[in-house]
Amino acid sequence: MKRFLLAATLGVSLAGAVCGQDIRLSVPSTRFVLPNGLNVILHEDHSTPTIAVNMYYHVGSGREKVGRTGFAHLFEHIMFEGSKHVPEGKFDEWLEAAGGNNNGSTNTDRTNYFETVPSNALELPLFLESDRMGYLLDALSPQKVDGQRDVVKNERRQSYENRPYGMADIKIVENLYPHGHPYSWPTIGSMEDLSAASYEDVVEFFKTWYVPNNASLVVAGDIDTAITRQLVNKWFAEIPRGAPIPPIDLPAAMLEKEKRLMMEDQVQLPRLYLCWHTPPVFSGMDATADILASVLAGGKNSRLYKRLVYELQIAQDVNAANSSAMLGSMFWIEATAREGHSLRELETIIQQEVEKLKTQPPTLREVQRAVNQYEASFLARLENIGWKADLLNNYYHLTGNPDFFQEDFSRYKAIDPTDVTAAAQSFLLEDRRLVLSVVPRGKKHLAAAYTKEVTK
Amino acid sequence: MKKHLVVGFLIMYSWALFVEAAVAQKPDRTKPPKLGPPPTLKLPPLQRFTLSNGLPVLLIEKHQVPLVQITLLVRVGSAMDPPDRRGLASLTAAMMEEGAGERDALAFADAVDFLGATINVSAGMHTTTVSLFTPLSKLDSALALFADVIARPRFPAEELERKRIERLTTLQQWHDEPRIIASQLFNKVLFGEQHPYGVPTIGNEQALRAFTVQDLRSFYAAYFSPRNATLIVVGDVVPAVLRTKLEAELASWKGDAVPPPSLQPAPQVQARKLYVVDKPGAPQSVIRIGRIGAARTTPDYYAITVMNTILGGSFTSRLNNNLREEHSYTYGAGSRFTMLPLPGAFLAFSDVHTEVTDKALGEFMKELRAIASVTEEEVQRAKNYVALGYPSQFQSVGEIAGALAEVVLYNLPDDYFNSYTSRILAVTKKDVERVARTYIDPDRIVIVVVGDRKKIEQAIAPLQLGQIEYLTIEDVLGKPPVIEKP
Repeated sequence: MKRFLLAATLGVSLAGAVCGQDIRLSVPSTRFVLPNGLNVILHEDHSTPTIAVNMYYHVGSGREKVGRTGFAHLFEHIMFEGSKHVPEGKFDEWLEAAGGNNNGSTNTDRTNYFETVPSNALELPLFLESDRMGYLLDALSPQKVDGQRDVVKNERRQSYENRPYGMADIKIVENLYPHGHPYSWPTIGSMEDLSAASYEDVVEFFKTWYVPNNASLVVAGDIDTAITRQLVNKWFAEIPRGAPIPPIDLPAAMLEKEKRLMMEDQVQLPRLYLCWHTPPVFSGMDATADILASVLAGGKNSRLYKRLVYELQIAQDVNAANSSAMLGSMFWIEATAREGHSLRELETIIQQEVEKLKTQPPTLREVQRAVNQYEASFLARLENIGWKADLLNNYYHLTGNPDFFQEDFSRYKAIDPTDVTAAAQSFLLEDRRLVLSVVPRGKKHLAAAYTKEVTK
Repeated sequence: MKKHLVVGFLIMYSWALFVEAAVAQKPDRTKPPKLGPPPTLKLPPLQRFTLSNGLPVLLIEKHQVPLVQITLLVRVGSAMDPPDRRGLASLTAAMMEEGAGERDALAFADAVDFLGATINVSAGMHTTTVSLFTPLSKLDSALALFADVIARPRFPAEELERKRIERLTTLQQWHDEPRIIASQLFNKVLFGEQHPYGVPTIGNEQALRAFTVQDLRSFYAAYFSPRNATLIVVGDVVPAVLRTKLEAELASWKGDAVPPPSLQPAPQVQARKLYVVDKPGAPQSVIRIGRIGAARTTPDYYAITVMNTILGGSFTSRLNNNLREEHSYTYGAGSRFTMLPLPGAFLAFSDVHTEVTDKALGEFMKELRAIASVTEEEVQRAKNYVALGYPSQFQSVGEIAGALAEVVLYNLPDDYFNSYTSRILAVTKKDVERVARTYIDPDRIVIVVVGDRKKIEQAIAPLQLGQIEYLTIEDVLGKPPVIEKP
């Protein structure tokens, strides 16, 4: 993220129809492509006099080169430092003076930029987004790169190095994926690679990836579709198309055998991480993996919470989730042991519960409970126009269909208990997992079994 | 597609500008596009009625999404903790979720989760909220559970033991968190340990070990009454139907009015003092600087809001621009006023690279002095940022309910939201400079730094920021509690 000042808003608004008890989600939009290849998606919602502009560049840290990790995110920062017709600092000043907010974020697969403005200010973000798409290099300087390099290093310190257990996420991706795999480095990058990033790298990255034919733009909210269409044309049509984007095609990553690691950290209590490869986002059983995570660790009645935290009281917390991405996903479970308990104890219980799910399907109520919570969260995500704009762009980015809301939700509704067991059987294999113990300094005896020590 | 049911958000502006602009073929990039007049927020009317048990209800209808947010705001919070029972309000709130009505803790959680609803009880400094967020289709069942929590919490002894260990473990884990260490120390030295704003709201080890079920029951009985609370409803409901449902579920909940507590503001900081907490090996120093600010009821509310936006309340603010954009010392810097019934903290903050801790402190001091003078351009930008962006904060039922809670707690007029923009826009440069001089006095502040003492102390000393007190993490938090097995 470019900044942390922006308050996160809980998104929740429906443009949908309610038919009896069955909600059908639909966020209708108008989609068109400019001659330069820019995909545009427009959605009207007049609930609040607010407009959300959301730009995706279909490039994330997965497209970085070895030796330049963290570059896609560093580049995201540079995008806010001005372009030919927008002097340094004015991007934010002009938006704030119009009552707007903005930010950006980078993940393995894409980089997004978004503005929320009052509905009279629609043209301002269109001007700003088009100027940095068309004219960023005219205003680029080595000093800007250096300045943001140090800001990003501080982001890494704040979000990872100076946070308890913060380095675990980095160690996990480095060890779960084979060397050189696009997901084998963290989006934030290494300090060494951030230092190595050069002015020339920025130029090359921009020319390769920041082209209209590798971008999609959503304008949503209190707009008139016909007028907005003309305005998007006006601001973006002049930007030349870039070279075609090479496809990324990789065999699925897998672990040949179990990996068991241990890391010491400045923490009071040990924490255990178990991670597995799972199929790419929106592929078969992707949604089932989400429900599997809920059955294991969503709420007080979930299998792992009930055993570890509620009954045995040997853990302070337990979480599980399936983090989905384009080239492949990761299913993870993490649990923090209470004082006097080792990660071996936690691992034993987790293993028992996972095995139980593999041999006997969960109850219908457990699955239904998880699905109902997804239903509420689907509704909730539609309340905020900025979130809705991002979802439209994300669905387009991943499926080619911006109005994928109902199809996405239908995946969850179709899941039955035997699907959950089938997912546990195919993903949660003992000999295909990464086990990481993070223990307080000097307390290696609290770790689960490990074969290798990693250092912060 | 959008539904224009009942009262929507009314939007007032003209399309003329857009039509004109669309005629042009080539964009003019020599200056930012001219914008038309901004839209104004026009919320649907605030509706009020009172249930037969005396519980006042505030309702805003919002029909775009089939969702409902219901928040019971009870006038009790951590500020009303007995001095020897700090943490009681927070624990009572947490324990209300641990079984209610016919259900024990697990059965209750299962019932709520199965609906896809969320029920939360949490204590703030002056209010406790019991909140329900539910799809409209599950409202009836969810409301019954919500009423159980409010009127029939069970406070089971075995759940208290679970919570006790969970919270003692949380106190342990605080030793890992430089930001929590900094904010605990900041509150302690600013307000003092005798003041409720100066102590942790979850209580200390001694208090946590002492709590009994009877403490929780007595606290609940003393404060949780329909005549000491207000119910806020936002969502896809109409008053007639809502009222019937609420009567059915809540009318049996009874209680008397509760006299408001008498609380005194803490004395203001009288000198500048620096506290350094040693966290060996820390790659960043967590910096927290401030003094006692203003109460929410101050007539300076709007001027302070604009002033703080310029100082540290937006991305282009002086603190962020200086410490992040100009110097790259940090990922971000800012400031805020916590406005409560009594004056809360004014706080300026950043996490900076260890190597530049002294330089960053110097820049903080510079900005705290410089804010006494601002430009017209800064004032205009800050006013626009706050006022014109205001409508976008009323999108979700949860956001609107949160805004209504402020109206209730501070007794704000019913037209508060609709007049907010014009009140902000009425603030002048003179107002901003006056409140900056009144509330930000760089000679009377506390400065807290949590970082690697060995690496920063030599550089900090020559800054002459005032008396320096060096502390360990245990000086701030005490020894981590020893947790016995249950």
